[in-house]
Amino acid sequence: MQLGFNKSKRAADLATRTGGDSLFDLRCGQAAILEYLDVPEDLGRRLMELGFFPGGDVVAAGCAPGGDPRVFRVDGSEIALRAETARLLKIKPGSIRTVSAPKSNKSLP
Amino acid sequence: MNAGKACHDVAGEPSDSSILDSSLRAGQHYVALVGPPNAGKTTLFNRLTGLRQKVANFPGVTVEYHVGKVRTSVGREVFLIDLPGIYSLQPRSEDEEVTRDVLNGSKPDLGRPDSVVLILDATNLHRHLLLAVPILNLGLPTLIVLNMADDLAARGGSVDPAALAAQLGAPVALISAARGEGVEKVQRFLEGSIARPAMEPKRVELPILQDLPGCRRWAGEVGQESSYNAPAPPLWTRRLDGVFLHSLLGPLVFLFVVIAVFQTIFSGAQPLMDGVESLTAASGNWLGSALPDGLFRGFIIDGIWAGVGSVLVFLPQILLLFLFIGILEDSGYLARAALIADRTMSLVGLQGKAFIPLLSAYACAVPAIMATRTIENKRDRLATILIAPFMTCSARLPIYLLVIAAFIPDQPLLGPLLGTQTAAMLGLYVLGFAAAIATAQLLRSTVLRRQQSVFILELPPYRMPNVRSLLLRLYDRAVVFLKRAGTVILLVSACLWILAHLPYENGQPPKLEESYAGQVGHLVEPAIRPLGFDWKIGVGLVTSLAAREVIIGTLGTIYGIENADKDSISLQEALRKDLSPAGAAALLVFFAFAMQCFSTVAVVRRETGSWLWPSVQFFYMTAFAYLAAWGTFILFSR
Repeated sequence: MQLGFNKSKRAADLATRTGGDSLFDLRCGQAAILEYLDVPEDLGRRLMELGFFPGGDVVAAGCAPGGDPRVFRVDGSEIALRAETARLLKIKPGSIRTVSAPKSNKSLP
Repeated sequence: MNAGKACHDVAGEPSDSSILDSSLRAGQHYVALVGPPNAGKTTLFNRLTGLRQKVANFPGVTVEYHVGKVRTSVGREVFLIDLPGIYSLQPRSEDEEVTRDVLNGSKPDLGRPDSVVLILDATNLHRHLLLAVPILNLGLPTLIVLNMADDLAARGGSVDPAALAAQLGAPVALISAARGEGVEKVQRFLEGSIARPAMEPKRVELPILQDLPGCRRWAGEVGQESSYNAPAPPLWTRRLDGVFLHSLLGPLVFLFVVIAVFQTIFSGAQPLMDGVESLTAASGNWLGSALPDGLFRGFIIDGIWAGVGSVLVFLPQILLLFLFIGILEDSGYLARAALIADRTMSLVGLQGKAFIPLLSAYACAVPAIMATRTIENKRDRLATILIAPFMTCSARLPIYLLVIAAFIPDQPLLGPLLGTQTAAMLGLYVLGFAAAIATAQLLRSTVLRRQQSVFILELPPYRMPNVRSLLLRLYDRAVVFLKRAGTVILLVSACLWILAHLPYENGQPPKLEESYAGQVGHLVEPAIRPLGFDWKIGVGLVTSLAAREVIIGTLGTIYGIENADKDSISLQEALRKDLSPAGAAALLVFFAFAMQCFSTVAVVRRETGSWLWPSVQFFYMTAFAYLAAWGTFILFSR
């Protein structure tokens, strides 16, 4: 298990170096605009059905005790994803902003 | 999210085909009820059909389709089909396949539905409208139900149903299923008055299905045209999650909930159980005095009444457990529990979603195994099926309660919250859980090597559980339980009594030891003596292969016969006489691990599609149980 953790951490480092920022890099209470989903098509469809659309707003709403999985508020609902999946959802560079108490959950018109 | 259905309803009950036989279908109107998970389908279904459901609606996850009869004012009956929640018509789990097959008409007994009720969450309209595209594309008369109208208004949102109807070319009803507001509009649709809408079914332009971002843009435009004003995020949900998902408080609350539930089941049910017990005893006495003395009276009183009555006593307890699981599920807490559990579950190669079937398995393994259909990954699903029967199902409660009450004096351990008996009970629950985890670990490192699986879980807002739905669920459970007591348990008790009174010698029934039943007990005794059990327990172990709780009825019958001449002594006292404390501990451990349940074997066979997995599971669990009970007996005998 310890081994698995290290491995995923290395993967994370790799991802941040090569693929830019992802939802994984959002701290609780921060929002960002999703740029693209770096996932297989099938998983991509599933995520879109749940509201993860390129160009949409995603708010990091919280996480499970221990920090993983994370909870994201997207398109009006709260969806939990493991860190390994959150790393694959890339955000637009520089789009991170802090929303202390989200007043609106509208992401797309 | 679905937790436990009742025990064992699967084997004897119609599963797919016979629910609506073709004669029912002929000339009958039937309507499919579809929607995304958490949109309130089942609440609406219960509102419309009440007690007129054809199949027990298993708590939580809707894994089969359930058919209910809706009475209409025009005197025509409409059959409503409650389908598992879907996000799209492209199924990813077997659960969603059921829905797709029904809608496409590929279930031969049903054919295509006559019309569709699509239920969407009004507080989450944009996303839920994505499902409207494939459903409207089916070309069936469709009513769009916007549920949670009360929630929408309370959180400052609004929508114009008429404008939405114009946009979608289908009637729209804004309702609150939980409160029953607007349900009459659905009723009217079912009656057919709206089914062929007065307005010419406008050809609306739907986006191309494959283009999901396009669909989402379309949903945004439709929302705008219908003056949809999205509600504020649910404040209470945020606040409650601040506590329930807190890194320290979250696990503590989780633990507290579990302990409180079990403590209530254990001590809170006591007065109710005493009530049922005195009721069966009183009616048994009354029956006894009404019957002529003799063998027949013995058969009725000591055979059937003692057997069935001793199981009936556990009805209040089992209903309480289902009540708690129902509340946890309906309130939305269960999804949080799955989230909290995910990290731990991932250590043994399972995922958080497996937590929900596993929790249901605390009520009964049969619905739990069916609930695994929501797990998309096949290996994850098989692993969950294989370990589910280790969870302490409600059929184990009777023997646990009996043995614990007989051998462990009740003393407070931690004030009023935790007594010694509760602690023993919790210990057994932990034991089952630990065996499940160990088995999952074993599977993962051998036959089911881990495949990367994805965990995606929607967290619904917290909601007040609906009393009506909870009561309906309990009613279902009670019916299922009583049906079992009236069939399987009655039959086993009757056979056992007869076997205990044969062979006749010189016109006299034999002593119990020399009867056929006694002989069976003696036959297995050498095998179970190392565990500290005598031949009477042996008879119980043999009969409980069919179902765990049968052992209570069996022991009731055996001791009833044995002590027929003396003043009746309670089962507890009788057991204390025959079983050493070490033997009692071994008996508990044996029941914690053994797979004594025909219904579970049958459902595993059905869900895995072969006899291989149920056989492996049966022998593995029985061997596990035997060795563990043996070890326990040695340990406690020192």
